[in-house]
Amino acid sequence: MELNAISIGFVVFTIFTLGGGIGVVTTRNLFQGTIWLMLSLFGVAGYFVLLSAPFLAAVQILVYIGAIAILITFAVMLTRSVTRIKTRYLRLVPSLLASLALFLILLLGVTVPIFGGVSPEHAPATVASTRDLGAALVDENGYVVPFLLASVLLTGAMIGAIFIARDDTA
Amino acid sequence: MDEICTGLCRLMVDSGADAGLAQFVSLLVGVLLVSGVPLLTVILLIWIERKVAARIQDRIGPNRVGPIGLMQTFADLLKLLGKEDITPTAADRLLYNVAPLVSFASVVLIWAVVPFTPFHYGVDLEIGALFFVAVASFGTLAIMVAGWASNNKYALLGAFRVVSLLVSYEVPLVFALLVPVLLAGSMSMLDIVNAQSGMWFVVLSPLAFVIFYISSQAETGRAPFDLIEAESELVAGFNIEYSGMKFGMFFAAEFLHVFTNGILMALLFFGGWMGPLYYESPLIAFAWLGAKGGLIYLTTLWLRNTVPRLRIDQIMAFNWKCLVPLSIANIVLVSLALKVLQELGMAPRQLIGASFVDMLPATILLLLINGALTLYLLGILRRRGKVARREAQAAPVQFARATAATAATAD
Repeated sequence: MELNAISIGFVVFTIFTLGGGIGVVTTRNLFQGTIWLMLSLFGVAGYFVLLSAPFLAAVQILVYIGAIAILITFAVMLTRSVTRIKTRYLRLVPSLLASLALFLILLLGVTVPIFGGVSPEHAPATVASTRDLGAALVDENGYVVPFLLASVLLTGAMIGAIFIARDDTA
Repeated sequence: MDEICTGLCRLMVDSGADAGLAQFVSLLVGVLLVSGVPLLTVILLIWIERKVAARIQDRIGPNRVGPIGLMQTFADLLKLLGKEDITPTAADRLLYNVAPLVSFASVVLIWAVVPFTPFHYGVDLEIGALFFVAVASFGTLAIMVAGWASNNKYALLGAFRVVSLLVSYEVPLVFALLVPVLLAGSMSMLDIVNAQSGMWFVVLSPLAFVIFYISSQAETGRAPFDLIEAESELVAGFNIEYSGMKFGMFFAAEFLHVFTNGILMALLFFGGWMGPLYYESPLIAFAWLGAKGGLIYLTTLWLRNTVPRLRIDQIMAFNWKCLVPLSIANIVLVSLALKVLQELGMAPRQLIGASFVDMLPATILLLLINGALTLYLLGILRRRGKVARREAQAAPVQFARATAATAATAD
């Protein structure tokens, strides 16, 4: 691998992503765990920048770090005695098997084009802009059906959340 | 090279400079501006803020150190630097020390996408407006971490309040931000400013500006939203354990954030550097931006020193029951009206470079829609106010009973 800005960036963001991931599973402290998770997600945002997808990078930070991780922190802080957990999780074999299986599936999904992968030669030369991304979402040949389905699903989930959270006695 | 070489660099190449040198100079100017301007202004801003606050409260303000007290902030800075650097023994050492840095960085990073003139800017990102929102979320994170890592109940309580405030007010802020993005058809700050050559966006959608203004006032935690540091309840809020320059970082971040918001509003709604003769020289353009941003900044100081503090439930109710629905209605109506006008050929499809006359029909219609929406909102608020007042007069004086009665009729 030649040494240029992109490869240095790749190494740095990989350290962020993997290091953050290791931090999440090794720390005893739930709050520190969420901070490690944010670092890991930040590394993924860095990958998006390297892949010339600035929009996705910004959304990654905005949604995952700005919204989801903050919510997790909230939940963690409201849980009692989060910082001094003494019990250890001992079912290591099933966890190991599950993570190995997941890793293998992901590896296959990336290397073997079962799910319609794109080989490097066929990757489009021009980088899609945010405008193209938006157009593809509402284009009938693009992703309009998944987009609408996701919208309906999210709206349903939101209504459900409001319904559950409503105070019945009022 | 061609893609990287824009703005000042392109200008220099066109006037016969060496391409490599031109690029180097333009990058250097960009970096110096982005890092220098905010850091230098914040020192002056603290002095301005104290002077304005003093005048409003019928005092003189700092006037001992240097001419008209100008050196006061430097004296304070030296004092802060000389203070003992304390880390509470029960604190999470690493997170405690990182939080102030992240807080300050989150504000300074915004300046990376601020175009000072048509030719001088840090970087013209395709996602400029989104970048600003994403970076601002680091500020929330910093406060959360600071509150937790201090291991102090007041700090944690303060952090809870701040984060619930920031997360809530980010919603109308982003919706209001979407309006200029929608009108300009681009998220690049440079395009947004250029799209206002015909008409400032504040005229096209004053409602979006008002929502943005209120939300950004809340984002900076200034009165009437200053329950972050509600001294009487929380001692000092999330930064209670911080001392010396670590406190100074939070302090500087807050002051700088207020001014940054002023500049952002000038860029998004008041045409940025647009003004008479701005094309003559970058200095004039820069002066226009500074003047507009400064004026908006002064109004936020004015507001801060005039209004009392709201309770947390009032702040949340105002946000979720008023600002959020209003901002959503506003964005739907603005986008619909703009599209209809474009289909009818009454508005230019591309606002960048559109003239004043091109924009006139669209302006009038959008202004009417905004006016109607505002009147409708005021009507609702007035009805609610009347009901609440009647309840308050009918119910016994005791506060608990009065609120119970209001809650009962609300259902």
